[in-house]
Formats: sequence, structure tokens, C-alpha cells
Amino acid sequence: MNLEVVVVTLIKAAIIILGLLTGFAYMTLFERKVQARMQQRPGPNRVGPFGLLQPLADGLKLFFKSSAEPAGRDHLLYLAAPMLSVMAALATFAIIPVSGPGYITILGHNIGWYVMNANIGILWYFAVTSIGVYGIFLAGWSSNSKYSLLGALRSSAQMISYEMALGLSLVPVFILAGSFRLVDIVNAQNKWWFVIPLLPAFILYMIAGIAETNRAPFDLPEAETELVAGYHTEYSGMRFALFFMAEYINMITVSSIATVVFLGGWWGPFGVLPGPWWFLIKVVVLLYVYVWLRASLPRMRYDRLMQLGWKSLLPLSLLMMMATGVVVVAAQR
Amino acid sequence: MADPATVKPEVLSERDPAHEPASEWMELNMGPQHPSTHGVLRVRLKIDGEIIRDADSEVGYLHTGFEKSFEDKTYTQGITFSDRMDYLAPPINNVGFVMAVEKLMSLDVPPRAQAIRVIMMELARIASHGLWLGTAALDLGVYSAFFYAWRDRDLVLDLNEAYSGVRMMTSFTRVGGVAYDLPDGWLEQLQAFIDVMPPRIDDYEALLTHNPIWIQRTRGLGVLTAEQAVEWGVTGPCLRASGVDYDVRKAFPYCGYEQYDFEVPVGTAGDSYERYLMRVREMRASLRILQQALDRLPDGPVITSNRKVALPPRPELGKSMESVIHHFRLVSEGFKGPVGEVYACVESPRGELGYYLVSDGTNKPYRMKVRPPSFCNLQALGKMVEGRFIADAVAILGSIDIILGDVDR
Repeated sequence: MNLEVVVVTLIKAAIIILGLLTGFAYMTLFERKVQARMQQRPGPNRVGPFGLLQPLADGLKLFFKSSAEPAGRDHLLYLAAPMLSVMAALATFAIIPVSGPGYITILGHNIGWYVMNANIGILWYFAVTSIGVYGIFLAGWSSNSKYSLLGALRSSAQMISYEMALGLSLVPVFILAGSFRLVDIVNAQNKWWFVIPLLPAFILYMIAGIAETNRAPFDLPEAETELVAGYHTEYSGMRFALFFMAEYINMITVSSIATVVFLGGWWGPFGVLPGPWWFLIKVVVLLYVYVWLRASLPRMRYDRLMQLGWKSLLPLSLLMMMATGVVVVAAQR
Repeated sequence: MADPATVKPEVLSERDPAHEPASEWMELNMGPQHPSTHGVLRVRLKIDGEIIRDADSEVGYLHTGFEKSFEDKTYTQGITFSDRMDYLAPPINNVGFVMAVEKLMSLDVPPRAQAIRVIMMELARIASHGLWLGTAALDLGVYSAFFYAWRDRDLVLDLNEAYSGVRMMTSFTRVGGVAYDLPDGWLEQLQAFIDVMPPRIDDYEALLTHNPIWIQRTRGLGVLTAEQAVEWGVTGPCLRASGVDYDVRKAFPYCGYEQYDFEVPVGTAGDSYERYLMRVREMRASLRILQQALDRLPDGPVITSNRKVALPPRPELGKSMESVIHHFRLVSEGFKGPVGEVYACVESPRGELGYYLVSDGTNKPYRMKVRPPSFCNLQALGKMVEGRFIADAVAILGSIDIILGDVDR
């Protein structure tokens, strides 16, 4: 590995992290605005034009707030948990190609539109999100609070269960694309987006993805009316903000993966817009669905959620996987 | 879209085998500062995993001593206490209190005052049920329903304000009638409200009634059989959801309710879902009553002409010495009631709201006991949540519709 690769990767990582943090900030505003319009109220509109500076104000407030800490906590784990969550959330984005198929050429260097183009590709995503579960579980465990503990138990059970369906729902895509590399997968969608032949898998993936990110209607871990705030009940100030950040970045990542894997990534019809724009538009549309669901659906109950995960989504994903395999093999004969 | 009739009620065994011995159960404290207790209620839950084995409600965090305070104020002054108890249906409390005094003194109330009382009470019922719908939906994570419900409740508060000058604590009744006649343009405002509400109630129903998740979260939960409901003294929509047809407005008509044509919805299952349906239907029934009351609003005085109880009209004060004396006596020391005991009850959005008044012949109540529907309904909570999940406890508590001001007084 030469120095150039290291420097370029570091710069790209910095850009992605800054982009994601901005994305997170404006995702909160986007959510509040859209939800407010759905609920017949104006939403934040005091800070800056159209409330555009609201995320900044929220961020500053959280940054300067003192962090109250519960007595009897496990201090090391208590501090590590939010960092672990946010690190895992940020790291998953490394594999996502925001545009392509070419390179950007700067000073004679060809630079890809991704931080890394690992050949394990999407497996990286599964591996790193699994680490994110630790952040949540340790937060609940170390807070020395019953609400946190219950929230963390629910959350980890939910995330582990839905990871199965999440992973399996993507297998048909690997069968069609013949690769784990996200760049290859997007290139394979040059003509047809995979959402067309694999619509059921896309729906399964989105449901599992919403559950995986603990969002409504599967937002049980932080069911505020039942468990106060779930696993992050005892966190305040910037440490709370880190959990919040992790949740929203995870939403962006799930939507980005869906875009790359099912919606043709940077490919747009008619080719009128440059690749990154298509990518952004698709991600925002998927994020809108998140907000839309949150504004309209009640929360599911824990046991029903588990039933849905194990008894419906998992068998359906397996079925979809086998059906795709059979069709592909039959077509090759 | 799911048909609620076809969703089979959940069969959770009453007590599925305990995972852990009773000594290992965790005690979880819900409240008094918990986001879903609808006030400062503390519920101590004994939980085994996520299953509730025992629930113990502790009340009294909002105790304000209203009953005792009544003893220190004249009958007219007492009206302002009544609406502060159940702060989501103040007009109904006002009417219940003055009805007790009127019963004690055997007073007649002019028909126009009766109709105004009915209008205000039904508006309060719609507002209260609307607010209940919003908060109960919020408990289950439906944020939008909450905002829709509050938007519509605001229309009622506007009407309250236009009539009494106050948005919530109306205190508009007086012994023998109401304090003032309706202002100009108020009836048009009321008609506009009656016209705008049905489609909005349709909206709530569109959001919830056939929503599979909503049905899952409420069907078959917190079941009270008719016998249990009667034993625990449950009244109001909770009792009617269990299939007992008891509504004070029909059983012991007051304020001329017998003249209005309205149905009292009665359910069968006695679960949270049925309680939700009862309230939505009651909102529609209340709109019907409002329309009838508006169409047939009689003319005439709004307060009794008995000068020993009601203030003389303003113009008389300049002409009649007797009026001045009456006015002075009524304002300074009020009027005296005969010795006796009476019980008057009204149908509040939560159930039977009763005022038991003991008079020793002075200008103040000797004892005032309130029968609050929320307090009695809350007693059944333990029975309803046993063997359920923590998440259900919230849904069930929400479905009882308690107001802590009413519970603790």
C-alpha cells in the first residue's frame, strides 16, 4: 500500500463523514418539516429562512448542554456505547458508490466514487451493522436503569432478528449480479433496475431495513410512551446526540444500500442528470417513505414484531432467494 | 385494510406459566413523571420478563382538596372549583354541581338555559373524546392523530371562549340557569363547527378504525366483562363497551335530554378497541344532539326569576331598592339552602359524575362529596393489565381515559 492510496482514502473518508453529518442534520429538519406538513402545522420556521438553520441551533444546544450521568453506571462502557454506535453507522457508508461508472480525474489521478471497493462488498455492511448492536446493548446495560435495560433488550433482539431477513432479502440481487461488489451490482443494472424483477425482495428489504434502524412502526426500543426513551434514557447532551446521529445515519445508509442494490444507484432514465444527483434523489425519496410511515402508523408490539420477523419475513426471504435461483438456473439452461 | 370483525381477539392465556418465581419479578415504576400516564399517576408494575404480573396504582399526586374547599365557599363561588376537577370537560362539572344545588333548593331552570347547558356539555364531550383519541393514539405511536384531534378540540375551545370568555374553565353556570345569554354570531359559529366535524371524525376513523396495527394493539386487550365492570363501579364508555346499556342521560334524564333523539352506543367485547369505537360513535351522537339543540333553541330568560337566588338584571338596579338589597345580599353572602342531602349526577365523557351535597342550612355546603368517574374506572386497571405486556399496559391505561384532576380532586 503506498502513501497515495492512504492519503486519498483519508480525504475521501473525511468528505463522506462530513457529508453524512450534514445529511443527518438536514434529515432531522426534513423529517420535522414533512411530518409537520402532514400534521397540518408549519414545523420549525424560526431559525433562519424556512428554519434552515434549525439543525445548527439544535446541534449547538446539545453541544453546550451538560451531560448528566446516572449513578452506579459502568463508566467505561457508558462512554464507549454512543461512540461505538456512531462509528459503526459511519463506517458502513464506506462501501457505497455514490456515482460511477467512471472516475474523477484530479491531478492525473483516477479516483473512484467510493471510499473502498472491497470485494466482500455488501458483507461489510452486514458485519458493521452487527457491531452497531453492541453500542445499543451496552448503553442499556451500563446505564443502571430498568427502562434502559428493557429498551436495550428489545432493541438488540429486534436488530438481530431482522438482520437475518435483511441479509437474505439481498441474496437474489447477488444471484442476478454475480458479485458482492456494489460497483458491479450497479453496473449490472445498466438496463434494468433490479427492483423490477425483484420487487418482493425490495419490499422485504425495506421492511427489514426499517426494523433494523428502529424506526416507526418498529420503533419499540425507544417507545417513548412505554419505556421513556428506551436504551438512551440516561443519556443527555452530546452523548445523546451521538445515538440520534447513529439512528439517522443508519437510515441514510439503509436507503443508500436500497438505492444502489435495487434502484440502479447512479443510473437515471434518459441520463439527463449527473450520477450523484440521481443517487441523491433516490435516497431522499426512500427517506421520505420513512417519514411518511412514521406520521401515519401506530407502533407494533414487541411480540408481534418478532412474529413478523421470524414467521413472515424470514421464510419469504428464503422463498424469494430460492425462486430467484431456480429462475436464473432455468434461464441459463 | 382489515375488517375489525374478522380479526380474532388475541388469546393470551390469563396467566401463562411464570418464567421466574415471584421473588425474581422486577418492580417497574411507571410515573408519576412518565410520559404516558396522562397526568401524575404512579403505577407500580411487577414484571416477569415483559409480562405484567401485578399492577398497583397510587393516586393522590394531584390532590388539591377541592371537596374540602367547597365547604368554605358559597354555592356560587363553588362553581369555579367544579370545573377545575375534570379539566377536560369543565362545563359538565359546572352543570353537575349547580344541579345538586338546584335539587337541594327545588329550583326550576328556564328552558333556554337548559338548552345552553346541553350545548355546552355536548361540546365538552366532543372535545374531551377528541383529546382522548389524540393522546390514546399517541400512546401507540400515531403522532398525526394527536395533532388532528387537537386541531379540532381547538374549535371547541374557541366556542367556549366566545361564550364564556375563557377557553377551558368556563364556569358559565349559575344556580338556577346560566350566567349570560349566547353572544351574537355564536350560533353561526356553532353551526360551522357541526358542519366541519363529521368529515374530520371520518378522518380519524380512516387513520385508525381499520388499521391492522391499531386493531392488533387494542383488540382483545384489557377486557372487562359486563359483571366485572359493574362490580368495579365502572361507568361511561368503558361500561358501555362491556355491553351494559347505562347512560345517565338516558337513565335519569336531566337538562331536557329526554327531548333529544340520540342513540347511546353499546358494545359487546369490552376491550380497548370497543372503548375506542364507543367514543368515536359518541362524538357523532353528540353532534346530532348539538344540531337538534341548535334547531330548537327556545327563547326566553336564561336564569330563574327567583330573586333570592339569581342576581337581578342590571337595569333594575337603578330603579328598585329591593333589587339593590338582593344584589348586595347575593354578592356578599350568597343564598342559604334548606337543610338536607341530595345527589345529582350527570354523564361526563368518562362516566357518571355525581355530586353528593349535604347542607346544614347555611350559605355553604356542609359536605360535598364528588363521585368521580375516573377514580372508579381506574380501579379496574389492575384487573385489566394482569398477564399482559408492558406495552399493553400503556394501551389499556390510555383506553380507560382517566383525568388525574378528576381522580385526585
